[in-house]
Amino acid sequence: MSIRINKEKCVGCGRCIDACPGNLLELAEGKADIRIPEDCWGCTSCMKYCSQSALEYYLGADLGGRGAVMTIEKEKDIYNWKIHMPGGETKVISVNRKNANQY
Amino acid sequence: MSDVKLITKKIRTDALIIGGGTAGCYAAIRLGEASVGKILLVEKAGIERSGCLAAGVNALNAYISKGHVPMDYVEYARADGEGIVREDLLLSMSERLNKVTEDLENRGLVILKDENGEYVTRGWRNVKINGENIKPLLAEGVYAQPDVTVLNHVNITDLVTQRVHGKTIVRGAVGFSVKEPVIYEIEAEAVLIATGGAAGLYRPNNPGFSRHKMWYSPFNTGAGFAMGFAAGAEMTTFENRFVALRCKDTIAPTGTIAQGVGAKQINAGGEIYEKEYGITTPQRIYGTVEENRKGKGPCYLKTEGISKEQEQDLFKAYLNMAPSQTLKWIESGKTPSRQSVEIEGTEPYVVGGHTASGFWVDTGRMTTIPGLFAAGDVAGGSPQKYVTGALAEGEIAAESMASYLDKKEKGDEPEVEFSQESAYAHHFEVKDNNITWRGVEEAMQKIMDEYAGGIHTDYRYNESRLVLAREKIKDLQGLVDDLAAEDMFDLLHIYEVRERLLVCRILIEHLLARKETRWHIFGENADYPQQSDEYKKYVNSRLENGEIRIIFRQLVKGESYEHPDK
Repeated sequence: MSIRINKEKCVGCGRCIDACPGNLLELAEGKADIRIPEDCWGCTSCMKYCSQSALEYYLGADLGGRGAVMTIEKEKDIYNWKIHMPGGETKVISVNRKNANQY
Repeated sequence: MSDVKLITKKIRTDALIIGGGTAGCYAAIRLGEASVGKILLVEKAGIERSGCLAAGVNALNAYISKGHVPMDYVEYARADGEGIVREDLLLSMSERLNKVTEDLENRGLVILKDENGEYVTRGWRNVKINGENIKPLLAEGVYAQPDVTVLNHVNITDLVTQRVHGKTIVRGAVGFSVKEPVIYEIEAEAVLIATGGAAGLYRPNNPGFSRHKMWYSPFNTGAGFAMGFAAGAEMTTFENRFVALRCKDTIAPTGTIAQGVGAKQINAGGEIYEKEYGITTPQRIYGTVEENRKGKGPCYLKTEGISKEQEQDLFKAYLNMAPSQTLKWIESGKTPSRQSVEIEGTEPYVVGGHTASGFWVDTGRMTTIPGLFAAGDVAGGSPQKYVTGALAEGEIAAESMASYLDKKEKGDEPEVEFSQESAYAHHFEVKDNNITWRGVEEAMQKIMDEYAGGIHTDYRYNESRLVLAREKIKDLQGLVDDLAAEDMFDLLHIYEVRERLLVCRILIEHLLARKETRWHIFGENADYPQQSDEYKKYVNSRLENGEIRIIFRQLVKGESYEHPDK
């Protein structure tokens, strides 16, 4: 599991770089880049600071990953978590940040 | 060889806080409110998302609900810790749990309430929240304090102590930026260590591409343990390791499923085995390990058949704390209502927020070095802290520091001497000899896994293996000084492996010293598979003349404890 950067969407603002608890992100040629993909904890902090939804979260094959990626699109208090399946289908789970977990 | 040229910056502060996680941020807020002078918070990453709560947390697991009193929490933690806990620390923490919970709510944390405005609890100790944004809320509180300066992306490696009036006291710390070639030499009147516990000592469940998909923050390296121990501070109960029961592969929490939808632990034959072993954390893992050993695995949390609504709630709950689990469910199509969730134990960690490992502190959270305080996962004696306990400890430590600073006669100490610059620079000067920090880290994790009771041996160890582990880890320590760095990011990793190796050394000596099995899984001593009354005491340790010395201390009872040689 790790994240990858959609270079076409990234605007190089650098906010994700400050957010990463592992100091794993850097700017390379004006775009965010992950230095060691294997060292990502999978916390998704970086994704929450990206205004462009340019950060894509995925599972390595060792965790059962088969090519899907997950992104976050923010809409006021809602996080729309979008799971883009390899076949092209997208599933959306919306989480209202003002709602407590039921469990 | 690298062309990095280091420059040095000097800073003077009254209070220095090392580590801007849960405990460190809260201490900074409280010290800021106490007007103690200048406060400097130094954090390896960025305080908005650093530490254990980067991804969020599902619930507040330490709260005293109606009908209960703080002493109930003490007794719960004492029973879970098989008696090897500090009553004074647990009680002072428990008395503040509800106050810090209310404070978090005032800062903007969403807490579930019923129609009467009471918190909705899960069991008697847990409150339901949306804990995705605790860290940003705490960071906001820190940045609002005018006396607090935050230094993000700076890694502290060593404490600086000094003999003053016959006592060794703390005088500051030294570290470096992980982004630029800058060394920071910090002089301070008092220092709080809040760097968290230690992950990455043992080979993890996923040793390959997803090697950092672990329970505890992989960026918590035990830095505070290492710098404190090297400076002469006493440590306690490292042998009380922590192992978590997790969803297989994603290493996501299991409590949410077990308590949220009432799922039981079952073996491959569908038998509910948790009844046989008990339901404390170590018992849940012990049962799982034993069922697997008997050939009855894999083991699961029985979720098959839960409703679609329950399943949707699980998807959302996991997105708020462990997003990989939701992605795995959706990507594979094997959602929890259709397939029960396979479970496994993680590799062991040293973490004082869950077990009793860490700095040996007095009731005010001062370590055995005057002026040096510890709070949160780095502080020992007080297990089951979780988030609110870490906040409570940050607050207690802040109050003690304020009082220490108030009483301290400042300015009569000799000038502080810093001597780390050449050690840092050496890593840029040495020739690359094919030994890398990653290689040393991997070797360390393999040794700990095989010889010091990792997943490989079902967490069991014996003296023969531990003696080999000691020898092999010592051998690796000898390689660290000559590891080559290309940039500050490499230097960070070299220091992280240096810290972990020292934590391993301390841990091995503690495991050797407790000649009993006090806790299943956490301390599974194959030479002594039973509890022994002789070991109803603390195993502590100090560095003396370059050697790790074990000290046995009698159990502390009552509300207050002061260091005997204060």
